[in-house]
Amino acid sequence: MKTFVGIDLGSTTTKAVMLDEDGAVLGRGITNSRSNYHLAADIARDEAFVEARFTLLDRALVAAGETGDEAVAFRKRLLYQLRKVQQMAQLASLRARALEEAVGARLGHHGDLVARLEHIFDVIEADWKKPRLTGVKGSDFFRDQAASDFSRCAERVADRDLKFDVLMSVFDKVIIQVENARIDLTFEGNIRTALTRCLRGEAPERHARYEAAVLSVADTPIDVARAIGTGYGRQTLPFPKESIRSEILCHGLGAHVMFPGTATVLDIGGQDTKAIQVDGDGIVTSFQMNDRCAAGCGRYLGYIADEMNMGVHELGPLAMQSTRTVKINSTCTVFAGAELRDRLTMGQKREDILAGLHRAIILRAMALLARSGGIADEFTFTGGVANNEAAVRALRQLVKENYGSRTINISADSIYTGALGAALFAVRAGASEEHPS
Amino acid sequence: MSTPQEAASAKDGSMIKQKEMIAGHYSALSRAKADGKKVVYTFVPGNLTELLLAFDVLPVYPEINALQSGMRKKSGAYIAEAERLGHSEDVCTYVKCDIGMLKSGNFGPTGEKLPEPDLLLLSYTGCFTFMKWFELLKREYNCPVAMMHVPYQGDGVFTPEMRDYVVAQLRTEVVPALEALTGKKLDEAKLSEALARSRVAEDDLVAVLESAKRRPSPIDAYFGGVYYIGPIFTSFRGTEAAVDYYRTLRAEVDERVRLGLGPLTPDGAITHEKYRLVIEGPPNWTNFQEFWKMFSSEGAVVVASSYTKVGGVYDNGFRHDPERPLETLAEYCAGCYTNLNLPTRIDMLSRYVREYEADGLLINSVKSCNSFSAGQLLILREVEARTGVPGGFIETDLVDPRYFSAANIKNRIESYLQMIEQKRRNASTRAHAATPTVAPPRPAKKLEVLR
Amino acid sequence: MTNEAESGGAAPSAVDEVVARAEALYHDVELSSVQRWRDAHGGAKAVGYMPIYVPRELIHAAGMLPVGLMGGRGQVEIIRGDAWFQSYICQIPRSTIELALTGRYALLDGFLFPSICDVIRNLSGMWKVLFPEKYVRYLDVPQNYDPDVGGRFFGSELRSLYADLCALSGEAPSDERLRASIALYNDNRRSIGRLMELRATEPWSVPAWEVYLALYAGNLLPVEEHTALVDAYIAAARAASRPRRDNARVVLSGAFCEQPPLELIRTLELAGCYVVADDMALGRRWPEGDIEVTGDPIAAIAEAFITRSPATAARYEPHGDRGAPLVQLVRKSHAEGVVLAAPSFCDPALLEQPILQDSLDKERLPWTAFKYSENLGQFQIIREQAGTFADSIKLWSEA
Repeated sequence: MKTFVGIDLGSTTTKAVMLDEDGAVLGRGITNSRSNYHLAADIARDEAFVEARFTLLDRALVAAGETGDEAVAFRKRLLYQLRKVQQMAQLASLRARALEEAVGARLGHHGDLVARLEHIFDVIEADWKKPRLTGVKGSDFFRDQAASDFSRCAERVADRDLKFDVLMSVFDKVIIQVENARIDLTFEGNIRTALTRCLRGEAPERHARYEAAVLSVADTPIDVARAIGTGYGRQTLPFPKESIRSEILCHGLGAHVMFPGTATVLDIGGQDTKAIQVDGDGIVTSFQMNDRCAAGCGRYLGYIADEMNMGVHELGPLAMQSTRTVKINSTCTVFAGAELRDRLTMGQKREDILAGLHRAIILRAMALLARSGGIADEFTFTGGVANNEAAVRALRQLVKENYGSRTINISADSIYTGALGAALFAVRAGASEEHPS
Repeated sequence: MSTPQEAASAKDGSMIKQKEMIAGHYSALSRAKADGKKVVYTFVPGNLTELLLAFDVLPVYPEINALQSGMRKKSGAYIAEAERLGHSEDVCTYVKCDIGMLKSGNFGPTGEKLPEPDLLLLSYTGCFTFMKWFELLKREYNCPVAMMHVPYQGDGVFTPEMRDYVVAQLRTEVVPALEALTGKKLDEAKLSEALARSRVAEDDLVAVLESAKRRPSPIDAYFGGVYYIGPIFTSFRGTEAAVDYYRTLRAEVDERVRLGLGPLTPDGAITHEKYRLVIEGPPNWTNFQEFWKMFSSEGAVVVASSYTKVGGVYDNGFRHDPERPLETLAEYCAGCYTNLNLPTRIDMLSRYVREYEADGLLINSVKSCNSFSAGQLLILREVEARTGVPGGFIETDLVDPRYFSAANIKNRIESYLQMIEQKRRNASTRAHAATPTVAPPRPAKKLEVLR
Repeated sequence: MTNEAESGGAAPSAVDEVVARAEALYHDVELSSVQRWRDAHGGAKAVGYMPIYVPRELIHAAGMLPVGLMGGRGQVEIIRGDAWFQSYICQIPRSTIELALTGRYALLDGFLFPSICDVIRNLSGMWKVLFPEKYVRYLDVPQNYDPDVGGRFFGSELRSLYADLCALSGEAPSDERLRASIALYNDNRRSIGRLMELRATEPWSVPAWEVYLALYAGNLLPVEEHTALVDAYIAAARAASRPRRDNARVVLSGAFCEQPPLELIRTLELAGCYVVADDMALGRRWPEGDIEVTGDPIAAIAEAFITRSPATAARYEPHGDRGAPLVQLVRKSHAEGVVLAAPSFCDPALLEQPILQDSLDKERLPWTAFKYSENLGQFQIIREQAGTFADSIKLWSEA
């Protein structure tokens, strides 16, 4: 099977999207970028492969006439079991490395440390083996899950002789090793174990059909005909120059694919803000990015969250409670903290100040949009800040005030916009090579 | 590490010549006091080199020293020194680099100590900061200042009243100051001879710059262009050496045209001209080669630039006129690029895009220079609207290394060039392919800029 | 402190009334007073101008209302302004463009951009492109002060400007009208001069922010009305017999173009500084002294500019040193220190600051410096800085 892959190497997350020859999405993957872009790209791509094989499985099941609820439930179980197998493989690796670290470390508690780590991992393993109601997420969340469970257990296990910090320092050290290790998380490598668990108790006639479908999918060769890289770290990809595209171009095309009516794109990410105009084919005609000043991008919200002792994701919901938006003049990150404290001292409400800050950020974005050529219909908003409801509310308001009625598109999957565009460039590049004009 | 001059000198005799001219000038400056020569500090835009030649005094251009400090990676420390002394981080880094160099011993680009000025000739043309700069230097050197205010072409014209005002200042301020300095009367014949030589060199410069209308362009009119304007915008206009330099340069460029060669860069000649650009704004000096390479490695050639007009716009037909010495100097000063109003700059850049068949207008917006930068975003939109080519926008600084974020700038340049490429490819697909595109074509979108 | 002022109770409503009227003008971003004037004068035209100096007499004599444009005073949200300007450019051109592009300046028929710096200079060209239907002129003021050279040039510029303005308004050019206008503005400058003297001698009677509002009103009011307002304010403030505080007497310098927010001026005084001289709304006090009302009126305006312009960063200082005029102003106003308040990214003010600081140091005059922008939103840092400065001056004078 011939596929096309787009990889978006962002500063915080790395995304991969796999398309078939017709441009249909087969699979997607995401992981945190780590310090190793190369590995992050591999992991995101492997994730996309896994998802792609599930897409193929869906197609195989349909072809086999398995379209009923049972088949849907089977597929769900299979994915769940595969995630578990993947997770346990990572956990096992984490455990082995942690114990190795404990033995090697001269911490004065050798025996004790090892025993307590063994205990912690026993607890976690037992817990993870239990069936869960909710789905298990992909490998990108392994770190989060492991960290939260490990620290919870460590808190219980720690005492005056062996402090919590010591236990966590072991974790912090080995989690990086695990993240940077090449552990087989592929569909082909793990699906048989998962399948065996799923098929237990399955009716025999389905048993055979499911097994045949899964194994045929596992054996289907997936050939990546073309891969295109984009994103801030794109230069580090081991790709030839002609296989690298600017994220502006990919973002424009990706937004066009998600919402074909897109004429203007705003992307507010952690590190930068982009205002992009695209034509009817998704080709970028004009773009502007924020300058040196961090004001108006996601990082600014990070500063504010730190200043208020809150998590970034809590800012939006709190700002939504505002009834009276405070006017904030300074979006300068240097002054924002001072202005914030000044206003709190004056007795202004946190939610009102936050509503003002969200409006201030969007004002900056509006200026960038105006600089790039304005907001035409339709208008697509992407990037991490697009998940912030207070920012979206401010944007809707300001668009209406300044441009009147506009269709505003926001996708829950907007994080994949750049990778999707890159993948489509790969399809187009493949097509033009086959049919040179 | 080789400088662009050195790399290129392997092939170009003009480069060697220019190096010798510059070395000779700094050497003369280092001997000035011993030789009993008077030294005048003055600025590039609206400079009065021929007049200085007529009085046999030696000019020093603080802007040139600053840009040289930038290229030699010394500007960061100089700027830090000036800021330590209380100069604001917000203001022009040429000024701070110069002040920092002064406070660090005033060693010029060749490592020789620069002589102190006997006169500050403040040709206030096209840049407000010049005035403040020499107010600062006056305090350091306590020498006389001759101020010549050149009115701005606010309505796009240099009126006879404006010209009379500048000529009157030449007569009542500048010439008397030079006469007092040298103890000599102005030798008008000598001035006219210098102006006649300027004219010859100016013809050759224009021919060199206009050679970029050819495909492929034999020159890069921005990164290469800054070398071509060196002699004529500084101490050599009106000299025999400049006439000789431009004659040689023109012959070299003619030869490249004959051979169908692309521009020479520090990394060799550009063999495949992929993009033709017009650039507005001064270059960055601290990372000059790195900056150039971001273009040359993509096959992007600059075919016209406004920066190569800061010391005089010649491609509109202006030439120094030996028959009207003071009037011609006044007209020259008034015509420098930064003394032109925004509508005139928009006209000029639009004309460049059309006449040089450029694929786009890229603006390098430098933080230091408001004279250039204020209004550039409007220039960008207007030129785009008039010519239909896409505009690009990047931000750097003249000599402040803190404002050169290589990854960021490279990212924008690449995005910009790829955008041009995609648009071009899409246009040709549409023109040639009979098959409809995936998405149904929409009517051309009318962008709504807030106004 | 506040209690004392309030319970003093002596502040009669006359002061409050005048100040309230001026403050309403200050906050009126819609220029409704200009609209009212136009309506009352059969739709007569109005011409806007930027800081620092334009010869308002010419606009007045051409039968139009001169309208001083001093940015957004922190009262407008900036989108369009930021779209057109990079982050390293000051605020005033941003808010000016924002106000114009949101239609707030639609009722102005012409715009004058005097020579201040390269940003305002280029703004004139942007205006020509953005508002081709308006009369737009960059007014280059001479930097040569020889009457036969700079004076002659300025005279020719003024003559051509006056001709343009008359063409715009449809009035016939008239020396008689020009002389009458000069006389009215002379009256106005005299009244303002009296106010300046009062603040230098009794700063407690006329708080800096009120003085500023009274000057600001001159941007919008017809000249006679403004003169009357200033006179009324002086009378009311004198009568109010406000309590005197142990504040430090300071000169505020650097605020000649982009204006500090009102709250900043108030903050300085609350922090213990009496502003006894400043360069805010400097155009109201330009030139110093009367302009000759006999003879050639244009030549008289040019002559006054050449010989009696106040020293400011945008003007070349041909003789002596750049810091001398500031030192003189400190001496003349019996100030004890200088607050160097410059707008962020203001080339004229910031480039010369090291010279001013050096000059003040040589005269052993204390100074403090900070940057502001017209839309500054927090004043705590400035409050602390100005408070410390005032305290140190008091300690110094006691020592």
